[in-house]
Parts: sequence; C-alpha cells; structure tokens
Amino acid sequence: MDQKEFFLHHGRQFGTLLGLLILCIVLWILSPYFLTVSNLLNIAQQTSINAIIAVGMTFVIITAGIDLSVGSILAFSGVVLASILRIGLPLPLAIFAGLGVGMVCGLLNGLLITYGKLPPFISTLGMMSVARGAALLYSSGRPISGFSGSLRFLATGEILYIPTPVVIMIVVYLIAHFILTRTKFGRYTYAIGGNEEASVLSGVNVKLNKAMVYGICGMLSGLAAVILTARLNSAQPIAGIMYELDAIAATVIGGTSLMGGEGTIFGTLIGAFIMGVLRNGLNLLGVSSFIQQIVIGSVIIIAVLVDMALKRQKQ
Amino acid sequence: MNNDIVLQMRHISKSFPGVIALDNVDFQLRKGEVHILLGENGAGKSTLVKILSGAYQKTSGDIFFHSTKTEINDPKHAQNLGIGIIYQELNLVSQLSAGENIFLGREPANNLGVIDYKKLFGEAQKLIDDLKVDIDARRLVKDLGVAQQQMVEVAKALSLNAQILIMDEPTSALTDQEIKELFASIRRLKDKGVSIIYISHRLEELFEIGDRVTVLRDGKYVGTHDIQDVTKSDLISMMVNRELKEQFPKQTFKIGDEILRLEGVSNQHLHEINFSLHRGEILGIAGLLGSGRTELARAIFGYDNIRNGNIFINGKNEIITSPKKAIKLGIGYLTEDRKSQGLVLNLSVRENICLPNLDNWSKLGVVSSKKENEATQKYISELHIKTPGMHQKTILLSGGNQQKVVMSKWLCSHADILIFDEPTRGIDVGSKVEIYQLMNKLIAEGAAIIMISSELPELLGMSDRILVMHQGKISGDFPIEEANQEKILHCALGV
Repeated sequence: MDQKEFFLHHGRQFGTLLGLLILCIVLWILSPYFLTVSNLLNIAQQTSINAIIAVGMTFVIITAGIDLSVGSILAFSGVVLASILRIGLPLPLAIFAGLGVGMVCGLLNGLLITYGKLPPFISTLGMMSVARGAALLYSSGRPISGFSGSLRFLATGEILYIPTPVVIMIVVYLIAHFILTRTKFGRYTYAIGGNEEASVLSGVNVKLNKAMVYGICGMLSGLAAVILTARLNSAQPIAGIMYELDAIAATVIGGTSLMGGEGTIFGTLIGAFIMGVLRNGLNLLGVSSFIQQIVIGSVIIIAVLVDMALKRQKQ
Repeated sequence: MNNDIVLQMRHISKSFPGVIALDNVDFQLRKGEVHILLGENGAGKSTLVKILSGAYQKTSGDIFFHSTKTEINDPKHAQNLGIGIIYQELNLVSQLSAGENIFLGREPANNLGVIDYKKLFGEAQKLIDDLKVDIDARRLVKDLGVAQQQMVEVAKALSLNAQILIMDEPTSALTDQEIKELFASIRRLKDKGVSIIYISHRLEELFEIGDRVTVLRDGKYVGTHDIQDVTKSDLISMMVNRELKEQFPKQTFKIGDEILRLEGVSNQHLHEINFSLHRGEILGIAGLLGSGRTELARAIFGYDNIRNGNIFINGKNEIITSPKKAIKLGIGYLTEDRKSQGLVLNLSVRENICLPNLDNWSKLGVVSSKKENEATQKYISELHIKTPGMHQKTILLSGGNQQKVVMSKWLCSHADILIFDEPTRGIDVGSKVEIYQLMNKLIAEGAAIIMISSELPELLGMSDRILVMHQGKISGDFPIEEANQEKILHCALGV
C-alpha cells in the first residue's frame, strides 16, 4: 500500500487521534497535574476495562449488530470468578471460569441471533436482564470478597513499569487488530456486515462467524470482569451497569459505522481514550459529576456529527 | 413536436478528484420531444442528468432554460424549475398509499396540521387518471407493480408542474406488456408538451419511442441525430468507436465429458428437473421471471434446499448443503443482482475477488496478502477491470466493471461449473462483448456454463443448447440449430 492509499484508509483515525491530542493539550493548559506520568498511567488503567469491552463491541458492530448485555455479563463473570477464588481453588481455574461464563453467554446471544433469527437488539436486551439476574441470584445479591491476594497482581502489578491492566489491554488490541486485518475470520466479519447475502453466496459460513463474534464479545466482558474484580478485590453483582453504552460510545467515536462493514480496532482504542481522558480531566478540574454526564454525551454526539460531515464532504 | 428549445446545456464539464466525468458536453432539448441519451456505462449520462437535477454541481459550462441562463443549485431548485427525475431505483415509501406518496411533504392540511385526506386522494386520483392508467390512489405502493409504481412517480413529478422529465432506464424491470403501457403514457405526456430525457441501454426500444438521440462516449459529446436518420449499428459504432462485427462472438468447441447432471430435482419452486451439462458447453436457460430459472441456480448452488432428486458432479452423487460446499465442488454462481448479492459494495476490489477463495490462501486462518495481491492483479489486467487500484471500493466502479469483479471471484476459485444469471444486465455493449469472449475462453479451457437470460438474442447467440422453463418445470429443450425466438416463447408461456 503506498502512502496515499494509507492515508485514504486511515485518514479517519488520524482525525480522531487529532481530537484526542487537542483534548490533552487543552487539559494540560488547564491543569498542570494532567500531564504527569502517574496521571497518564492512571487514565490508561481506568480506561482499560472499557477499552477491552469495546474491542468485542467493535467486532459485533462491524457485523451490523449490537450487544447490550456486556455489562451484565461482566457482573455474572465477576461473581462466578470470585466465588471460585473464595473456596480456595487456584487462580488460573477461576480466570478460566470467568472467561468461560462470558463466552457462553456471548455464544448464546450468537445462537439466538443466527439460528433463532432474533434481531441482535432484542436478543442481547434479553441477555442483559438474564445475566444480571443470574449474577444477583448466584451471589444472593451481595458482593463476594475475602479471597487470597493472588488476583491483586492483575490490578496493581506492573510489567516493565506498566500497570498489568494496561499491558493486558495492549495485548488484546494487538491480537484483535491482527485478527481483523490479517485473518479469514476478520475479513468475513467485515463482509458479513457489508452484505450478508453476498457473503453467504461467496461461501462464507455466516452463522458460525456471527456466533463466534458474539462469543468473543462475551469472553472479553469476562476478561474485563477479571480486571475489575482484581482492582476492587471484590465482585459486585451490580457491577458494569451502563458499561454497554460506554463501549458503544468508544466504538462509534472511533469511527465504526452502526450500519456495519466499516471500522478499525485502533479507532476504538482512541475512542475509549477520548472518553477516559475527558472523565479524568473533568475530575481534575473539579467539574461536578452531573455536568460531566452532559459533557460526555455532547462529545459523543459532536464526534459522530463531525464524522458524518467529513464523510459527506469526501463524497 | 415543434422546435421550441426548452433547455440548452453548453460546454458542460464536470470533474471529480482524479476523473473527468464530463468534458465539454452539449445537450439541447425541444418542447414535447423524447430525447434519448445513449452511451456505455461510465460515458457520463448519469453525471449529466445529475447536474440537471441539481444532485451535482457542474465544474464549468452554461445551462439555459428558455434562453435564460440559469444556475441549478440543488434538487429543490431543479424541482422549482420544472425538472422531474425518475430514477432506476424508485424513490417511493412502500408503506404509504400512491396518493400519499404523490403529495409527500406537501400534504393538503388545515392549520393544525391535520391532513385533508379527501382532498389529497381526490387530487392524486385526478393526476393518475390524467395519465390514463388504472391505479387506485388509496392503494399502498408495495401492492403495486413496478410499472404502476413508475407511473406514481410520473404523477408526482407532474404534480410539481414538471416540464422536463428525466427517465433513467425505465424499462429495465418491466415486462413487454408493461413497456407498451409505459410508452403509451410517454406519448400522452409528449402531446401535453412535456419534454422527456430518456436513458436506456436497449437499442431496440429507442427507435420505437425516441425522437432524437444524443450519444456520449468517455464523458465526451459524440453527436445528436434525428432517430430516423440513424441505424442500430450507427449508434453502436458511435458509442464504442469501433464496428462491432459480431455482437455475439460465439465460438464452438468440442463437447467433453458430462460434468453436471440433475435427476428429478424438486423443491417448493422446482418440479422434476432433469438435464445434463458437459465440459465445453454453454447451456442457455430461458423463461419468464418467476419461471424457476433463478431458483434452479440457487438449488444447484446449495442456497435453497432440495426435497427430492439427485445432483451428480463428474458422475458422483453429491448432496450440496451450502454455497460453501458448492464452491468446494467447483461451482461458481454469478447472481442476477450483483449489488445486493454479488458484491460487498463497501469492500475493495481485492477483498471481493478474494472472498470465496480465502480458504486456499490462508494458513491457520491467517490470510497471505501476497497471494491475494497477485491474484487480484492478475484478474484486473486479464479482464481489463477499470479501477484506480485494487483497494478501490467496488461501490465506486461502473456496472460493467463491477460485473467483471464478480466474474473474477469465480475465475479465481477455479470453478468449472459456472452459473451466470443475467450476466450482461445493465451493462454497456462494449463490456457485453468482453464478457461473451470470456465465456468462450472458459469453455475452451474445459469449463461448462449455464447462462440464464431474459434476452433471447443473447441466448440464441451464445448457447450450444437451450432449455426453457415454465412454472418450475423444463418445458422445452432445443439444440441451438433448432431453436428460435418463437419456439422459445411458446415454451416459456406454456402454450
């Protein structure tokens, strides 16, 4: 790919990145504390959970779907993980169970959507309630805590001076980028979102691929649950409420089209960081949490408006 | 017809980044004439019309309405100037009635915004009746036929006092009877003094309905003639700048072994289909819309289920459960509708060509972009696909080039049973011949082709044998020497 084509394909991402940089510069001017290493690492750490969920959401939205159940799946995975740790079973088994619960819930979504022919909105809306209820039932509505400290490393530990959650996030992004751009599965994901019928007629196993996309999305919610549980040293059955909206927002700010067939994984990362930096900055400036909600909502709307205006101009 | 000039476009140019779509084009329209706009895909017809309808802005040149110089700023402005356009894809709200569509956005209403339906339907019915067509203004658009929907669009344009009506390929989805009715309506519009710009690929019908013709080629103006002064071959050579010695460059090859055989294949659309196909053969399939021809293709390709019967490939009984399986068995299916079924329009040329072939080019699920690039480059040059590069989105290509991309998909997968459903629909003359030559090349290499088509001349010109379908059954089977239009029509109509 020559330079011109590179910019043609990634121009949208540079626009979002520019937005993030401008945001950072403004905050740097307004608050001297903003641009310190500890604050930046803090932002990355806080963003990692939403960023990881948003990866799954990006896959789903590229297939022209939506997943409203990620927050509830996170809660369910979290309480299962914590309960296994509390009875003293080894950490890898607990993590495996947490990811497994997420994946199973996601696959269930996928099967309802492909074989049950339900619209993704309905299927995942149902799962949102079912998984939340399951989390509450399983934990009797109480937080689960009081387990050994081995899990803490995943939240407070460092690898090469970088906090573990941030390392996990980077690894997830690199793998997801590779999958989307270099593998059959990634190519099929775009093709299905762009034109499902043409994909079937080109020999793509659309049902299997779609079910896997939802499975991955659920599994990444489970991964987010592992990090969140490690950070809080406890699993809350009411964790993750509204997380689906944050993940959708990061994906959409990052340039993925809700109509499907378009989007990039690093766009989503930038989208997640725009939201994270904004929250952090508004906190530093002492803006009330009520006003923060208004600002963040407005940013989502403005980002998409600008994106649409740019696309129209291109045509 | 008289010689009043209603519209004059002079030295119109339009450039897009990297492309000059129109280069110094002239066009003139008289009151009450049907003026045909003719040219290959990508010749600039649509661009010219879009400038007139306000969808595009011209880069340079002048437009005169009744000798007054005018700038057309946007579609609303064009509407106010009395220009109506009826696109190939109709722009109606299918869940609303014909009358509501005609007055959409201009509903007669009282001060509270409550619609006066009595007035709306009354006026809509009057407009429809003026066209001498039989449509109830209260019927929902989705319950109307395509031809009737077109007339609703015409009525809508006339309700806006359109004096110039642009029709883009209006007959492409119509039956012969509907075409007759459309032409009758067009003649009545002419008598009322409405001028019509008529875009079409079908050379035959131009002589029936046109008064004058303007030909464009590669964005340039070639000439304008009275229709009685030109012949079909004149027009073709104006369009492509070369004499097409043969419209159908049929070559015959030695018929080889049997490659595909159907025995008693039935499902909800098909009844007891039996035939066999051999290497080196083009088997034409004729039939009206709904006769089961496309359903037959879908059944062979594993897209629809088969209830009874057997399919043999190279003599082996195969159960084809999915398109994926069919592709593995060497079947390729070029669908009737390339935009909704053939291509993923927002993916690139390369990604579309490679889509059915990734299994062969990947290890552990990772695709080799080197192999992808090589294959794509090969087919872009072999099939002369006009594209700025392999990463161009297919939505930006012209119809003929899109079709070549779809063909490349199946050439690339080395399919040797190729089902081509309406391979040349909506494609210009030059590209058509290229596609026919490609078919020759394929059968020369030992492949076999099933060609489904509504155009009898094409079937008669290219096939070795023709099957005719009627109500899901094969109603006729002719070696090419014995086939003619009459016989085929008889079988297709089931009489």
